[in-house]
Amino acid sequence: MSNNSKTIRVDYLARVEGEGALYIKIKGDTVTDVKLKIFEPPRFFEAFLRGRNFTEAPDITARICGICPIAYQMSSCHAMEDACGVTVDGQLRALRRLIYCGEWIESHVLHVAMLHAPDFLGYESAIHMAKDHPDIVQKALKLKKIGNEIVALLGGREIHPINVRVGGFYRVPTKSELRELVPNLQWARDAAYEFVRWTGTLEFPDFEQDYEFVALRHPDEYPFNEGRLVSNKGLDIAIREYEEHFVEEHVEHSNALHSVIKGRGNYFVGPLARYNLNFDKLPPSVQKAAQEAGLGPVCRNPFKSIVVRAVETLYACEEALRIISEYEMPEKPYVEVRPRAGVGCGCTEAPRGILYHRYRIDDQGIILDAKIVPPTSQNQKTIESDLWHFVPKNINLSKEQLTWKCEQAIRNYDPCISCATHFLKVEIEREWI
Amino acid sequence: MPKAKKPKVAVWKFASCDGCQLSLLDCEDELLAVADAVEIAYFLEASRAVVKGPYDISLVEGSITTPHDAERIQEVRRVSKFLITIGACATAGGIQALRNFKDVKEFISIVYARPEYISTLEKSTPIAEHVKVDFELRGCPVNKYQLLEVINAFLNRRKPNVPSYSVCLECKRRGTPCVMVARGTPCLGPVTQAGCGAICPAYHRGCYGCFGPKETPNTASLSAWWRKLGVQEQDLVRAFRGFNAYAEPFRKESEAYEQQ
Repeated sequence: MSNNSKTIRVDYLARVEGEGALYIKIKGDTVTDVKLKIFEPPRFFEAFLRGRNFTEAPDITARICGICPIAYQMSSCHAMEDACGVTVDGQLRALRRLIYCGEWIESHVLHVAMLHAPDFLGYESAIHMAKDHPDIVQKALKLKKIGNEIVALLGGREIHPINVRVGGFYRVPTKSELRELVPNLQWARDAAYEFVRWTGTLEFPDFEQDYEFVALRHPDEYPFNEGRLVSNKGLDIAIREYEEHFVEEHVEHSNALHSVIKGRGNYFVGPLARYNLNFDKLPPSVQKAAQEAGLGPVCRNPFKSIVVRAVETLYACEEALRIISEYEMPEKPYVEVRPRAGVGCGCTEAPRGILYHRYRIDDQGIILDAKIVPPTSQNQKTIESDLWHFVPKNINLSKEQLTWKCEQAIRNYDPCISCATHFLKVEIEREWI
Repeated sequence: MPKAKKPKVAVWKFASCDGCQLSLLDCEDELLAVADAVEIAYFLEASRAVVKGPYDISLVEGSITTPHDAERIQEVRRVSKFLITIGACATAGGIQALRNFKDVKEFISIVYARPEYISTLEKSTPIAEHVKVDFELRGCPVNKYQLLEVINAFLNRRKPNVPSYSVCLECKRRGTPCVMVARGTPCLGPVTQAGCGAICPAYHRGCYGCFGPKETPNTASLSAWWRKLGVQEQDLVRAFRGFNAYAEPFRKESEAYEQQ
């Protein structure tokens, strides 16, 4: 046994969205410090939303994240409709699910094949991986493109779509426009199924913790836009009650705001949480594919999140095909929403987990204040907790190998630091250029 | 014959949403060909491998908002032969430049529990305010085909074919009836640079200016037309204070109406 102390430092985490750093301090065989640092510059969205019109929130908040703009548009629309006492249903509601399917496909496939798989196969990036596994990378690119096609058709473009508004859409597609997506989506469904099988064959470290998983749950469907917030440890609340149960704590060791469940602590959001809390809502074909890939109805190993992302990609392809087959063009592309003074909340399932928005508006529709809690800030404390437990089990690896494994453990959460940062403490490190 | 050395491309990020660099990964049909033609030497969103500079082309996303980033951009300039800024944050300061019209200290205390920890500049500024920029590609987000065109042009030492005329021309080419004339919908298209493909009018909404001001825009005239459509002054201020709020023609126009 050695008494050497060593420090694992990754000054710039790669293959995550946004900028973060990792510091782990080890004395002998004991981990003495773990810090996941976020040094993405703050952008002050909640501040400059004050004084803007309620109809501007979907376009403005989309700019928090270029990878999941739909999530921001959906949560803000639902929050504003909640404030104004409006419900969007029928085909407009279905189209919202459809555009979310597109975002899940493009975001999940980007992560599964291009950001996370290289860790499992020992490549620095998907571009390096493409030399030995061209079929996987090419198939992933095509699958991702089909997700983007859904977003681009319904939203106008892939990144920061322009067609989503409070109350619905500016323009809705015709039946034949949507039908044109079908052949590609059928190919995508088969390709996604192969990805489920393939991710199931990867090697996974034996690692799990007693997590509290939190996700939306809806009586009739796998969740995108609506439902109650539930957990495997007894949480079961309406979205409006979010702030009574979740708080941001200022944790001294990391100087970051960490979201916790009052009285219990850290929790886990994202694909694994959704899957564990909603397995029964997946169609039998998707459940079967998950089982063939070695997943039970509950999976507590965060390294297997790559399989669950593939399963959700398959679900999104099937759900998109279902919505398109049942589509009838609505008479009006949106429901009229008149502002009234009040508070509205929205929470939807971004690819990385629940995204909560709350706004207070006046009777003219001017935003008085805003609160946004992105998924990555909710997972941050759980990511650190994983590292506290993961490092001692792998202490015999070389420093280089251990560093890479720790990066992989962080990438299990597909962290989006661009999202998290607008309210996390920012710590500037001077060592990197 | 030995292969010629591939040009090295780096992608840098400052205050931004990651969307413009994602545009590169969204080139699903072209990505592997691009990776074949150039050495992607520094692109942390995609790869943990880092090849040391200097770089032939640096693509820079994001605006300068912290003292540290103001230093870092100088270093990026030093290691780059050509520096190309991509997107509204890098070319105009982005949506976060809305702080430039307010007191940033107040902003910090609204968002953060412990304001003393936040190190930030009073203004969010475009890259060109700090270093020499060889080309500015507009858009929130950039158009991925324009991005490929710019990379291609610099690799081949030619001028990028990126027009500076207005969105109106793209509407005409697309055959979209003018939303202002036909529907009375306020539209920033006449003063906004083309490049998006005039998407908003094709989806029955007015342009909201995400590609920033066109060359020599007549913002005052457009504002007068908006007023005739019944748009209130405070709504005109908000319209020009979007993703390119700090680009000079838009900034001046919003300030003109704020003062009234």
